[in-house]
Amino acid sequence: MPRPGFVLDVDRSTPPILFWRGENFSLEKLPAGRSRVIYPPEPLPAIDDIDGAIRHALLNPIDQDPLPSQLFPGMRLTIAFDDVSLPLPKMQRPDIRQRVIEAVLDLAAEAGVDDVHIIAALALHRRMTEAELRHAVGDRVYDAFAPRGYLYQHDAEDPDKLSFLGTTPHGEEVEINKRAAESDLLVYVNINLVAMDGGWKSTATGLSSYKSLRHHHNPETMTHSRSFMDQHRSELHKSNWRMGKVLLDSGVKVFQIETTLNTDTFPKPFDFLSKREWEWTARDRMTFLATTKALNRTPHRLARDIFHSIEAPHQMTSVQAGEVEAVHRITTEHVYKQQLVEVKGQTDILTMGIPYISPYNVHSILNPILVQVMAMGYYFNMYRGMPLVREGGVIIMTHPCRPEFNPVHHPSYIDFFEQVLADTTDPHVMSQKWEKQYAEDEWYKHLYRTGYAYHGVHPFYMWYWGTHGMKHCSRVIVVGGDPKTVRRLGFVPASTMDDALEIASDVVGRAPTITHLHTPPLMVADVSL
Amino acid sequence: MRALKISRKPAKFAVARLMSPISAAGAAKYGPLDLVNENAPALPSGDGWHRITPRLTGICGSDLSLVEGHASTYFDDWVSFPFVPGHEVVADCDDGRRVVLEPVLGHAARGLPLPFDGAAPGDGDDYAHLVGGCLEPGIQTGFCTSTGGGWSTELIAHESQLHAVPDDMSDECAVLVEPAAGGIHAALATWPAVKAALERGETPVVAVLGAGTMGLCAVAGLRAFVPGARIVVGARYPHQQALARALGADVAVPSDELSRAVRREVGCHVVGDHLSGGSHATIDAVGDSSSIAASIKFTRPRGRVVLLGMPAEVTVDLTGLWHRETALVGAYTYGTETLADGSRRHTFDLAIELARTARFDRLLSATYRLDEYEDAIAHAAAAGRRGAVKIAFDLRPPHQETR
Repeated sequence: MPRPGFVLDVDRSTPPILFWRGENFSLEKLPAGRSRVIYPPEPLPAIDDIDGAIRHALLNPIDQDPLPSQLFPGMRLTIAFDDVSLPLPKMQRPDIRQRVIEAVLDLAAEAGVDDVHIIAALALHRRMTEAELRHAVGDRVYDAFAPRGYLYQHDAEDPDKLSFLGTTPHGEEVEINKRAAESDLLVYVNINLVAMDGGWKSTATGLSSYKSLRHHHNPETMTHSRSFMDQHRSELHKSNWRMGKVLLDSGVKVFQIETTLNTDTFPKPFDFLSKREWEWTARDRMTFLATTKALNRTPHRLARDIFHSIEAPHQMTSVQAGEVEAVHRITTEHVYKQQLVEVKGQTDILTMGIPYISPYNVHSILNPILVQVMAMGYYFNMYRGMPLVREGGVIIMTHPCRPEFNPVHHPSYIDFFEQVLADTTDPHVMSQKWEKQYAEDEWYKHLYRTGYAYHGVHPFYMWYWGTHGMKHCSRVIVVGGDPKTVRRLGFVPASTMDDALEIASDVVGRAPTITHLHTPPLMVADVSL
Repeated sequence: MRALKISRKPAKFAVARLMSPISAAGAAKYGPLDLVNENAPALPSGDGWHRITPRLTGICGSDLSLVEGHASTYFDDWVSFPFVPGHEVVADCDDGRRVVLEPVLGHAARGLPLPFDGAAPGDGDDYAHLVGGCLEPGIQTGFCTSTGGGWSTELIAHESQLHAVPDDMSDECAVLVEPAAGGIHAALATWPAVKAALERGETPVVAVLGAGTMGLCAVAGLRAFVPGARIVVGARYPHQQALARALGADVAVPSDELSRAVRREVGCHVVGDHLSGGSHATIDAVGDSSSIAASIKFTRPRGRVVLLGMPAEVTVDLTGLWHRETALVGAYTYGTETLADGSRRHTFDLAIELARTARFDRLLSATYRLDEYEDAIAHAAAAGRRGAVKIAFDLRPPHQETR
């Protein structure tokens, strides 16, 4: 039986704690008597018969008719699936999306459906490469559909392939992929890695355009999403849910298939990264030492390639299908069951080690803007109830934060870093002053549509993601980061953890409480007083 | 008089060339430059000659390239050795005026007919006069053995070269008038491209690569005399970026970000390492192989690159220039300008106005006495890195107040 997550109070016997530092890690000694470490729950057991569970979900959906009864010859069937941004790291083959899509296609074939399109729901993310598509949907599906043009990627900048469905009572415009909107049935294949994913966000975000996204990907909405992992207190989700109603009212019929994964994140020999430090064996300690020493001597690019080649052993813990909201309620319970950790009280300082990967740099560089979104957008928001760090507290993260960007994947990020952040770090100011220029830049659009670039506006969304966190905390310190780059982000550089704690003492005093979020693996802190 | 003098000694030029990458002070000490005591130049026989005694004299990039032995052999036939460098001069004239020197030794100074009525020293489309008349060859004061130069306590100058300094202008501001004139001349050289853009209803974008003294003067010149231009500057050092903004740049970024900054302004694409479009005009205030190549890459097809920085031998792939039909034009000194409204003015008159309104005294970072010339040269050679812009010799008697 896997052990639940727990909170360790640090005392003098507590060993140094693992901190991620991009493509490396360090061990940091936290002050005894006033520090605590939150460990995620151990991975839940995976479903034994995954294909059987998927078929069962399709035949016994929630609040909808079984999938076979919704399929008929001559119909237009569209299958949309989550893109390369998850799961993280990519899962060992076969990917769960492949298994679900194959099951849906089997049923479609049995029903005589021959007008089937498969669409990667990437919104304003970069397009997936052939290798990434093959990994996600499998070679059989790819070879059957892609060469004939029936497996393709959503293009949020092709006006001929978008359909405007109306506006919400709040004036939010809803525009989604035309093929999806005009199909007799839209089957959405989701991987719910965190509680933020899924639900109406799958279709209303994944298949939409800038025209729609701007209504909830903005500083105002982000400020009032507390947190993204708690959909009932998230304006982001409320907006998506309103848009979902517009989809329903305009006749879009969605059959939602949601899956959850356990947190079995790292294969051997990296499995020590998921362990609690005092349980490290001699072999684990040797592996840690050998790995860090080797990585110190490894060129960044090579280290990055090594880490991005990791395929996670995580596996499916649940699958449910049917009506979007009913399905998502159950999915969210499964996510919480895996990831929730009870925590009492807030902290003065929240520490976090930022790893090499985020949803937006698969096979790429975690550039400084993505470091920001990982810390202030994701890790800060890994809570339910109230933030782990108190208002006015300090966040200390560890990451080299080099001024490195992938020009193929993140071209507008480079300009954002050079131009926008040089002007302002205030999300509200930049949204008014700069966002439109980047969103409408023809070069960025061209690269998004024809290359592998994130949309021009994407770095803004990444910055907005951290709006609440940046407003909530009085100081953000980056240990080991390139000082000039860290300052450009509006943060404070520090050489060591001790230096960072000294810098933080200006704000939180000389004996602050400290909480370390020991992630990955993923977790959500359920914080109460 | 005391003067720093350059003689034609090939071995010393070679030593300077070898030493300059290691130590500019060493190049000054062991190169062709000597501090001498000798008689002041004799006045030529013609009318209008004056003796002037410098108050401040700037150290220019072209002076440095000479001292460091990097100057092009092109000049061998256009200068006369030995000569005293220094052409950015504010001085006292023997008739009591305080003057700035327009250093070009034009037709009037050489006793030759003007190319047209009212011509400035820099005017004329035939440079034969630069090696003729009553003077030895020399493109300017500071490169001619007959006149002496500003790095001394005395030189001679023709009336056609002298401009009275307004009483309310400090020496520190006046010493920047000559580079200001050069900057204005380069700025106005962009006008054909800017004007064409305006006529097409576009917002003209002018890029300036390099923000040493000349680049900054060009920025100020663009802002003052090239209406409607959006100015984007690539400057290597933060203080240069700040000054560029203060002098009128709309955008100032590190030099290696200039191409992307231009692209953002014009919204074009990127093809390989060239912009598909780019700035309507670019002022290259650096003048080396990489800056010329970069300027071609981010100037739009049929745009105009103005070469303000003095180049020597460069290696540049000109395929892009050929394919994009880019105009590459030089911008040397000054003369009679045609302004945007069609009026004609002498560049030096514009420069005196601009130096005052743009407060160019803030560009003067440090001054040295003449016998501190090794330190002065070293400081000037590393001006950007040391947070400076213009370095000058202070030739005023000690404790004399600035006017």
